[in-house]
Amino acid sequence: MAKENPENPSYTSFLEDPHGIMGHRGGFWGWFGTFDHKRIGIMYLCGILASLMVGGLFALLVRLELFFPGETIIGPQAYNEFFTLHGAIMVFLVIVPGIPAALGNIALPMQLGAPDVAFPRLNLASFYLWCVGAVLLVGAMAMGFVTDQTGVDTGWTFYTPYSLKEHTAGDAILMSLVGVFLLGFSSIFTGLNFLTTIHKFRAKGMGWFQMPLNLWALYATGIMQVLATPVLGITVLLLSVERFLEIGIFDPVLGGDPILFQHFFWFYSHPAVYIMIIPAMGVISELITTFSHKHIFGYRFIAWSSLSLALLSFLVWGHHLFVSGQSRMAGMIFSALTFTVAIPSAIKVFNWTATLYKGVIRLQTPMLYALSFVLLFTIGGLTGLFLGVISIDVHLHDTYFVVAHFHYVMMGSTLVAFLGGLHYWFPKFTGKMYPEKLGQFISVMVFFGFNLTFLPQFVMGSRGMTRRYWDYDPEFTLMHQLSTIGAFVLGISLFIVVCYLFWAAYKGEKAPPNPWGASTLEWESPSPPPLYNFVEQPPLPELYEYDELVYDDEEGGYVRKLRDGGEVRSYRRYVRSKPSGGH
Amino acid sequence: MSEHAHGDQKGSRFIQHHYDDAQHQFDSGKLAIWLFLAQEVLFFSALFVAYIIFRTQHPEIFEYGSQYLDRTMGAVNTLVLIGSSFTAAYAVRCAQLRNQRTLVICLAITLACALGFLTIKYFEYSEKIHHGTLYGKKFVPHVDPDGATFPEDAVIKPCIHGSEGNLGADPSIPPPAEGEAAPCPDNTNMFFTLYFAMTGLHGLHVLFGVFVFIWLLVRAMKGHFTPDYYGPVDYAALYWHLVDLIWIFLFPLYYLI
Repeated sequence: MAKENPENPSYTSFLEDPHGIMGHRGGFWGWFGTFDHKRIGIMYLCGILASLMVGGLFALLVRLELFFPGETIIGPQAYNEFFTLHGAIMVFLVIVPGIPAALGNIALPMQLGAPDVAFPRLNLASFYLWCVGAVLLVGAMAMGFVTDQTGVDTGWTFYTPYSLKEHTAGDAILMSLVGVFLLGFSSIFTGLNFLTTIHKFRAKGMGWFQMPLNLWALYATGIMQVLATPVLGITVLLLSVERFLEIGIFDPVLGGDPILFQHFFWFYSHPAVYIMIIPAMGVISELITTFSHKHIFGYRFIAWSSLSLALLSFLVWGHHLFVSGQSRMAGMIFSALTFTVAIPSAIKVFNWTATLYKGVIRLQTPMLYALSFVLLFTIGGLTGLFLGVISIDVHLHDTYFVVAHFHYVMMGSTLVAFLGGLHYWFPKFTGKMYPEKLGQFISVMVFFGFNLTFLPQFVMGSRGMTRRYWDYDPEFTLMHQLSTIGAFVLGISLFIVVCYLFWAAYKGEKAPPNPWGASTLEWESPSPPPLYNFVEQPPLPELYEYDELVYDDEEGGYVRKLRDGGEVRSYRRYVRSKPSGGH
Repeated sequence: MSEHAHGDQKGSRFIQHHYDDAQHQFDSGKLAIWLFLAQEVLFFSALFVAYIIFRTQHPEIFEYGSQYLDRTMGAVNTLVLIGSSFTAAYAVRCAQLRNQRTLVICLAITLACALGFLTIKYFEYSEKIHHGTLYGKKFVPHVDPDGATFPEDAVIKPCIHGSEGNLGADPSIPPPAEGEAAPCPDNTNMFFTLYFAMTGLHGLHVLFGVFVFIWLLVRAMKGHFTPDYYGPVDYAALYWHLVDLIWIFLFPLYYLI
């Protein structure tokens, strides 16, 4: 075990070990032919960060256009295509796969004490599906600019009849739908893989309630990915066939039903909101307990609330259709069910704040992101309740209030948690430390930039500024300008994060095995870990117990020892033997 | 599952090294296939929901449209699929008992049945194309359900749209003049839209099953399946039962009621 031999862990890290289908160490096949979950996670991470930059660029273009009323830089058609691009890229390419597929891939097997995920090949296949889906989605969007055809201008929701052939000609929409279909299956296979891994690969002695909370969150996410995403799959498949063959299922002219599309779409896309947020909550649970150096408060409540959110997520899709011609009775039922979502969400927030109480709080970068998360998620969650009230939703529907609400949840919460988790696990999978002071500064800038962008949008929305409009009344100019300035602060901050992380991956200081004093299994392995994650299978530490984790100056990180020099007692049972075989 | 994988003292050479043993690999695969089947059920569910909604709103088009379908062919196909489900299940038992010869025979029969199903489906679809009873705008029937040709001057277009009460009525197409009866209920095309969407998607699953059973047949002939490694046969059989099950719902929903 690394802690007993900190100077010279005689092992080869997964970055050095020859690996991949052809036995390469690096190069194309060393990465694209790999079955190693950490390498696949890193590839996801690169793809997701690149998509984040592209999607962010389009957000900035949209915000820049809105700096003044009337035309500022682009015309209305280009504007429609830009916000569609922004939305589709951010949802399908960044936020949905962000935490589960990238960070989850790296953390999940290690937190379980497993050598890999249950199906390493399927894992790689999911990544390929993601790549092809990304190329098709972004390519379809680019096609609108390159050719004379109309690009994708339907908004990321592809609502019928906007997305039908008689309204938007050209092949771009068909291509992007195929892209979304493949991305959906990438997500399904990731979920399926993770569920199986959690069921079958827990370290010996690790019961369900000895799992880190991040795994509970990924488990709940996996359930939703497997059960909700296929409905998106069939919906975009039908819409593709609709465009290709004009079968008429969503086309009112042929007797089809466009509202049916909305029901199908939101049956996926509401759970998708929880596919985005629940893994973020899992990451935050880890960060808060680690950086408070204190046992998580209400472990079982947090675990169960993840599962109950997963269940409730399937029952509330109708609150997206309050003004779409849904019956009044259905509206009331969906409204009431929507309120119940607040309960598990609030349970989590209360437990996190209770964990902070009397903790030994260290405000390192991941913790700053975690604290931002708690505040931003609370705002995002509570404004969601406004929108769940039918009478208020009729007024606020399709205004900037909604835009601000879901950005607080999707960006202010999920993306911030993603950044927190990224900084947290960065030393583990690269073996290098990122620049801490710069990281702290940027995390504060992200927080201020974010609020400057979206707080004015709440105000605008409640005063009637409609979303997706290219032009606006002069009375909203100040609010729009504040929002645009905030967006640029945010965009530049995120760009700096990506730059310094890439720099640090090569030039950063060497990371100790456990820089944060975290109690979960992945920190019992050296940084970066060996190919099958553990040099020697570590004994199972007591989850979220920090008494024995003491900072060691020589090591530059935390090691397990008692303050009086006695034996470490918190390991409970011995786990499965080292995986036999190997390349 | 490829030559790349190797097991040392774990029995079959197809046991991958990150599993503890053969049982661990089998159990993981079994859980995954059940999750995959749950995914499949949800994948089809949207179409069944669409069926329920359209049928509730327009029962007459389903009653009329189903008369166009050939019950005999549907019934034969049902028997073909149920039979192949049995041989698929029996193949699993043969693999467990190391009964190499019967395993190959069972897989071959399953494969033949899958191809037989698709052949019958081909004849059914050709007939629809021939008679113009297709989806959406391509619904231009030349014959009535009994096979009699429609008169030259029959107003076919209102079968699609144009009458009152139709949300998206196209004003350019006149409703039938007074006294001029439309040959079929409005929106009959929706029956065929759903028919082709659901049986088409099911057919694609059968086609996928064909490739799976070819792969299994080749591997079975090479003697890959042993009592400690028969997972793929088991998983494919489970998949095949689901394909069978979906057809067992489709047959009465379209052909019988």
